[in-house]
Amino acid sequence: MKTRISPALWVLGALAVLALAAPFITPWSHDTLDWEHLAAPPQLDASHWFGTDRLGRDLFARGMQALRVSLALGLLATLVSVGIGVAWGATAGYLGGRIDAAMMRFVDIVYALPYVFIVIILSTVFPRGSLAALFIAIGAVGWLTMARIVRGQTLSLRSREFVAAAIAGGARTPAILWRHIFPNVIGAVIAYATLTIPQVILFESFLSFLGLGVQEPYASLGSLINEGAQEMESSPWMLLVPAGLLTLLLIAFNSLGDGLRRRLAPGDD
Amino acid sequence: MLAYALRRIVGLAPTLFVLVTLSFFVIRLAPGGPFDQEQTLPPAIRANLDAAYGLDRPLLVQYGRYLAGLAHGDLGPSFRFKDFRVTELIASGLPLSLTIGLSAAVLAFLAGVPLGAWAAWRDRSRVAAALMAFSMLGVVLPAFVIGPLLALVFGIYWPIFRVGGYVPGDPAYLVLPVVTLALPVAAYVARLTRDSMREVLRSNFIRTARAKGLGSRAILWRHALRPALIPVVSYLGPATAFIVTGSLVVESVFGLPGSGRYLVQGAIDRDYTLVMGMILVYGVFTLVCNLVADLAYGWLDPRVRVGAP
Repeated sequence: MKTRISPALWVLGALAVLALAAPFITPWSHDTLDWEHLAAPPQLDASHWFGTDRLGRDLFARGMQALRVSLALGLLATLVSVGIGVAWGATAGYLGGRIDAAMMRFVDIVYALPYVFIVIILSTVFPRGSLAALFIAIGAVGWLTMARIVRGQTLSLRSREFVAAAIAGGARTPAILWRHIFPNVIGAVIAYATLTIPQVILFESFLSFLGLGVQEPYASLGSLINEGAQEMESSPWMLLVPAGLLTLLLIAFNSLGDGLRRRLAPGDD
Repeated sequence: MLAYALRRIVGLAPTLFVLVTLSFFVIRLAPGGPFDQEQTLPPAIRANLDAAYGLDRPLLVQYGRYLAGLAHGDLGPSFRFKDFRVTELIASGLPLSLTIGLSAAVLAFLAGVPLGAWAAWRDRSRVAAALMAFSMLGVVLPAFVIGPLLALVFGIYWPIFRVGGYVPGDPAYLVLPVVTLALPVAAYVARLTRDSMREVLRSNFIRTARAKGLGSRAILWRHALRPALIPVVSYLGPATAFIVTGSLVVESVFGLPGSGRYLVQGAIDRDYTLVMGMILVYGVFTLVCNLVADLAYGWLDPRVRVGAP
C-alpha cells in the first residue's frame, strides 16, 4: 500500500515554523497580562487571535510557546531513548547467549511495570517544573521498544556474510557494531523514532495535565487543556485551542510515522 | 496448562519486588520530603515528626520495615493525611475507580469487537472505511482531550448527562467518564479485530465452511470470530494499563472521588507511602490482568497452547 507522507510533513513544518516565529508575529508573550481583555473570545482587533485566558494572557502566544515545549521535548526525549535503545539492543543482539538473555530479561521486567508509574516516580525526583528532568525521565523509559526492535534486527544481521568477513578481517566488536550493524538497522530506527515522538508529546501533556509537568508561568498543551477544561462552560475557546493544537500535532506525527514505517521497515506490521 | 499458570504466578514475584524496591529508593532520592512546607518547622518538632514516622532511621531499616509491613498487608501511614493508613485511603476510592474501569473495559470490547468484525465483513464498503478512519481519531486522541470535549458537548451544550459534583450512586454522573475511558480502547480493539478478521476470512477453513453451504452469519460468528479474537485478547494487558492511566485523567476531569487522585496528589506532596501504596495496588492489578490475558491466549488458540515447557 502506498502511503503519502507529504501532507503530514507539511502540517508539521507549518506548525514548527509558526511555533518558532510566534514571538515575532504576535505582540503578546506567554506571560504578559492584558487587563483590558480578561477571558476574551478570539478576536482580531486586539490581536488576540485565539482569545485570552482568565488572567488576560494571549492564548496564541501561550499555545505557540507550549508547542515549542512539546516539539523540543519530543525530539530530545526521543533522541535519548533512541540512543539508549539502539546501544542496548544492538549489544544484546550481537553478543547473544547469556548476556543477551540477561539484558532482555531486564527489559522485560521494566516493560511489565506500568510506564506511567515510572515516569511519575521519576518526575518526583527532580525539582518541579524542570524541563530537562522531564525529558530524561520520559526518554529513559521510552527506550524499551527500541531496544527490542534493534535486538531483533541485529540477531538476523549477525549471521550474515559481511559480519563474518569483518570478524575474519580482525575488526573489533565495537567497530563491527558501529560500521556494520548500525547502518543496517537505521531504517527501522528512524521509523520507530518517528512514532516515539507523539508518544513523548502525549506523555508530557499528560503529566502537565495532572500538574506534574511544565509549571507556571510556562504553558504546556496539557496544562492549557486542564485550565480550559475548568473554564469551558464560560469560555470554550480556552479548551478548544490547545485541544485542537494537540490533536493536529498527534495526528500529523502518527501518520508520518506510519508512512515511514511502511517505507523503511516493511514486513513488520 | 496448570503448571504454566503456576509458573507465571511465581514469575510475578521478581517483577513486584523490582517495582517495590525501585519506587522505594527512587522516591526517597527526591529532594524535599513530606514535611517541607512554606515555613520551615522548628528543628525539635521536625525531629519529633521524623522519629514518629521512622524517617530518622537508616534507609535500609526503613526499607526492611516497609517490606515487613507489606507482608502483613499494611501499606504504612500516610504522611499528609494525618491519622489515615494508606490502606484505608486507597480502599475508600478504589470501588469507584474499579467500577469505572471495569465498565469501560467491558463496553470497549463489547463495542469494538462487533464493529471491527463487521468492518472486515464489509471490507469494501464506504461506511466501514469511514468507521475505521474515525477510529484512528479514537486511537490518537488521549483521554484528557476526549473527556473535556465530551463534557462540553454532552454536559453543557446538550446536557443529557451530569458533569461535576458527583452524587454517589447516580449513574448519570458515570456515563461520560466510562465512555471517555472506553472510546480509545474500543477504537483500537475495532482496528485489531478488523485486521485479524480479514486474515481469518481468507483462510482455508472458512472456504470449507462456505463450500459446505453455511450462511454468512454462522461463518462470521461461529467459525471466524474465535481465531480472530487472538490478537484482541493479547491486547487485554496493554488495555488494562491504558485504562488505569486514563482513570487518573478521567477522575480529575469529571471530579470523581476515585483513588487516582491519591497518586497524583501524593506525588506532588511527596507523600512517600501513599504514592508507593498506589503504585503497588495499581501495579499488581495491571500485572494480574496481563497474566489473565496471557492465559486466555493459550485457551483461545490451540496451536500455541503453552502448557508444554
